[in-house]
Amino acid sequence: MYETTYHRASSVADAVRIAGESGGEGKFLSGGMTLLPTMKQRLAAPSDLIDLRHVPEMKGIAVDARRVCIGGGMTHGEIAESADIRAVAPGFAELAGLIGDPAVRHMGTIGGSVANNDPAADYPAALLALDGLIHTDRREVPAADFFRGLFETALEEGEIVTAVSFEAPDASAYEKFRNPASRYAMCGAYVARRGTDVRVGVTGAGADGVFRWSAAEQALTQTFDPAALDRLTVDAGLMLSDLHGSSIYRANLVTVVTKRAVAKVA
Amino acid sequence: MTAIAMVVNGREATAEVADRTLLVQFLRDTLHLTGTHVGCDTSQCGACVVHLDGKAVKSCTLLAVQASGAHVTTIEGLAPAGDLHPVQAAFREHHGLQCGFCTPGMIMTAVDMIARHDGALDEKTVRDELEGNLCRCTGYHNIVKAILAAAESTRSAGTPLAAE
Ligand SMILES: Cc1cc2nc3c(=O)[nH]c(=O)nc-3n(C[C@H](O)[C@H](O)[C@H](O)COP(=O)(O)OP(=O)(O)OC[C@H]3O[C@@H](n4cnc5c(N)ncnc54)[C@H](O)[C@@H]3O)c2cc1C
Ligand code: FES
Ligand code: FES
Repeated sequence: MYETTYHRASSVADAVRIAGESGGEGKFLSGGMTLLPTMKQRLAAPSDLIDLRHVPEMKGIAVDARRVCIGGGMTHGEIAESADIRAVAPGFAELAGLIGDPAVRHMGTIGGSVANNDPAADYPAALLALDGLIHTDRREVPAADFFRGLFETALEEGEIVTAVSFEAPDASAYEKFRNPASRYAMCGAYVARRGTDVRVGVTGAGADGVFRWSAAEQALTQTFDPAALDRLTVDAGLMLSDLHGSSIYRANLVTVVTKRAVAKVA
Repeated sequence: MTAIAMVVNGREATAEVADRTLLVQFLRDTLHLTGTHVGCDTSQCGACVVHLDGKAVKSCTLLAVQASGAHVTTIEGLAPAGDLHPVQAAFREHHGLQCGFCTPGMIMTAVDMIARHDGALDEKTVRDELEGNLCRCTGYHNIVKAILAAAESTRSAGTPLAAE
């Protein structure tokens, strides 16, 4: 790891100020479960690290009727175990419990994951399907506008994800087909149903990152049954291809995994 | 360089460290607590697991400065010198190790796992929760057995398991 200078922010304003002083070469540090491995490989060399783990405003989970608001500093483990989230959106809590392993879940945060937008990260699929909002220190961005391709988001220089929120649907579920070595999603599908309206968010498979599968949404809005997807496939040309699986393999996975998610909801 | 202070295995530890020092380097090189191992550079193997404020974390993926102000427990701090913690005893009893390289991390993960589930563990849960701990020798079978036995014994004894 290259040399760096550590700062511990005590508030969002404090973090923004330190980031400003670092002249654009600093990075926020939340759980460090993505950033530190990257720094160890010398693929990132931030001049400064601004630790957000001790920022009180980014903590807490509030469920008000069906509106769920999760502080950006909440860990995957805290989200997975939250009785309040489980009561209204058990699929979301289950998703958090499938991230990495217990030690990763004790440190890694939803704010860090959303900001990172790894094409195989789990939360983006759910936030797209749930029409979630990403709250930052300066605005609120709908998930559909926030996630912009591989590791790309709407975040500006020095902008902090302070929370995410969504309206709990009538029912939802996540199905994840894991890479057996890394345990990241080779394909993950989050299916959310509100009345007859259905949303499907897919991660791990798209060449341009997380996406909504609209053809499946239309078919499921007519008939909410896995069989409704029997004849549907995504365009393999738009899928990722790497040593873990070809784009044709991934295109098939999208159908298989989405059907399993629908079966869980139904 | 930053001055850090944390409680490691019940004792105050203070030092000046370079900000990029990993917690595992601080534990091993500065405090000479070499029970915590490093088995990979991809945050996947879990040989380095310690407890940070009572929770299992990978000390290879945490800076020492991040842990400043916290309580850290390593494998050395689980039981008083000369004694074995119930999970350590179960690993011995059930032959949950061969070369022993993964063992400290396995045991720290197991103690955390048993505490979080209040001792109520089944085989599937144990195997799922060992996701972040790799063993190249045992085939996991006896590790799972040891953890289930330790969970069972702490449940029946009603003793709190966490050392911190
Ligand atoms: C072994 C292992 C397995 C994993 N498996 C999975 C998996 O199955 N699924 C999955 O989704 N993820 C997985 N991850 C990644 C994990 O979920 C990370 O926790 C997450 O991607 C990043 O969150 P973090 O809090 O650790 O962020 P950090 O690593 O601290 O930061 C990541 C990036 O986001 C920036 N950042 C951090 N917080 C904020 C914020 N609040 N606002 C703005 N920018 C911010 C940082 O500057 C950095 O660029 C795995 C990681 C490991 C080590
Ligand atoms: S050394 Fe920490 S996970 Fe391998
Ligand atoms: S006992 Fe040798 S690696 Fe587990």
